Amino acid sequence: MEWLGLYNYWVFAIVLMLGIYTVIAKGNLIKKLLGLSIFQSAVFLLYITMDKVDGGTAPIIEAGVSNQVFSNPLPQVLILTAIVVGISTMALGLAIVVRIKEAYGSIEEHEIQAKDEYR
Amino acid sequence: MMVLFSVFLLTLLVITAIAIIRTTDLFVAVMLTGIFSLLMASVFFILDAADVALTEAAVGAGISTVLFLGALALTGHNERSLRPGRWLAVPVVVAAALIVYATFDNPRLGDPEAPVHQHVAPWYLEQTPELIDIPNVVTAILGSFRGYDTLGEVFVVLTAAIGVMMLLGTRHGSAASPVRPASASNGLRHHLIPRVLGRLLIPFIVLFGLYVQFHGEYGPGGGFQAGALVAAAIILYALLEGEGPALTVVPLSTIAAMMAGGALLYVLVGLAGIVLGGNFLDYSVLLSNPVSGQHLGILLIELGVGVTVCGCLLSIFHAFAARDIH
Repeated sequence: MEWLGLYNYWVFAIVLMLGIYTVIAKGNLIKKLLGLSIFQSAVFLLYITMDKVDGGTAPIIEAGVSNQVFSNPLPQVLILTAIVVGISTMALGLAIVVRIKEAYGSIEEHEIQAKDEYR
Repeated sequence: MMVLFSVFLLTLLVITAIAIIRTTDLFVAVMLTGIFSLLMASVFFILDAADVALTEAAVGAGISTVLFLGALALTGHNERSLRPGRWLAVPVVVAAALIVYATFDNPRLGDPEAPVHQHVAPWYLEQTPELIDIPNVVTAILGSFRGYDTLGEVFVVLTAAIGVMMLLGTRHGSAASPVRPASASNGLRHHLIPRVLGRLLIPFIVLFGLYVQFHGEYGPGGGFQAGALVAAAIILYALLEGEGPALTVVPLSTIAAMMAGGALLYVLVGLAGIVLGGNFLDYSVLLSNPVSGQHLGILLIELGVGVTVCGCLLSIFHAFAARDIH
């Protein structure tokens, strides 16, 4: 069952590439942003996978209990803030998409490009 | 047992991601993203990251879904793709195979000898009880040891919210018109069950948000999670009762003051450290006892973070909601 210890990383690799595929292969701008958010989640998964220690618990120290094993708090801090920053930047992306829709009447990449060439 | 559960959740995660990509109805895709985030939050929880799981559940499954739906209302929910670009799957599969091949050199999940556990992390775990004396090490690192990072991230959130306001305009701007479609302004008022259940839930979500804010030093939680939770409660109110009543409860001027005020509070706490003879964001000098000073400093900056995050998320929501459908 040695391979089970790598399963998280494999899921990271697959989800990461599914995200990338959506960004490069889909023409709809909202779909691209959804792909970006999947891509981002995969990176979060990688970091949080690295924090786990066998037999460990969440890094909250209990008074009077010694010999506790804690998982690594540092990746958690990094990802905690990254999630909130991620939603803010995603909102900025959505706002740009809304403005593109108002300017071009479409959020499909090929239609926007066709309009640009026509001008 | 836990391992099997984890494998099950991760497999579901991949299936959900594939479903998001395959569907051409963006409405379905956004709802699946909510499920994706919830699964991700469960995985984080199993991996001992309680704080991160709380954040992902509040932000990913809650607010992110609402923002995407708000954008869909303005752009339409049908994906019309003439260019499938299926051949792009080939390099993507090759890259995925390469990453999977590379993982065979990775330390196994939970290996205590992994390099990531050898560097500064043990120092944080050892020194937190002595220097800061709060149980939650994640909050100690976030607020004190790496306070600079957190300050920067708060300003990234603030900048993004300002960017959304500039792109979409606020209600004060010319983009807003008094004539709005009835369905948008009245929310779900005519739906009895969501309205009754929502009204029952909102006070408890706000209460839980406040608990998470002020108990974040002792249990999972802190400013980022609390800000997202309180914002989610107010957004739920706006969805149920319509935007007008929500803006009566928390007006745009209050939201703007929250956005700027929280970040300002954070910077002022940092500057207070300099004035009192320490370094920027050194809380030990705030009170005569260094450990109490750390407690006070972390409490104040977490409050600043919570207020800014809540204000920013609300302003982003209102920017999308106030935009007229062209």
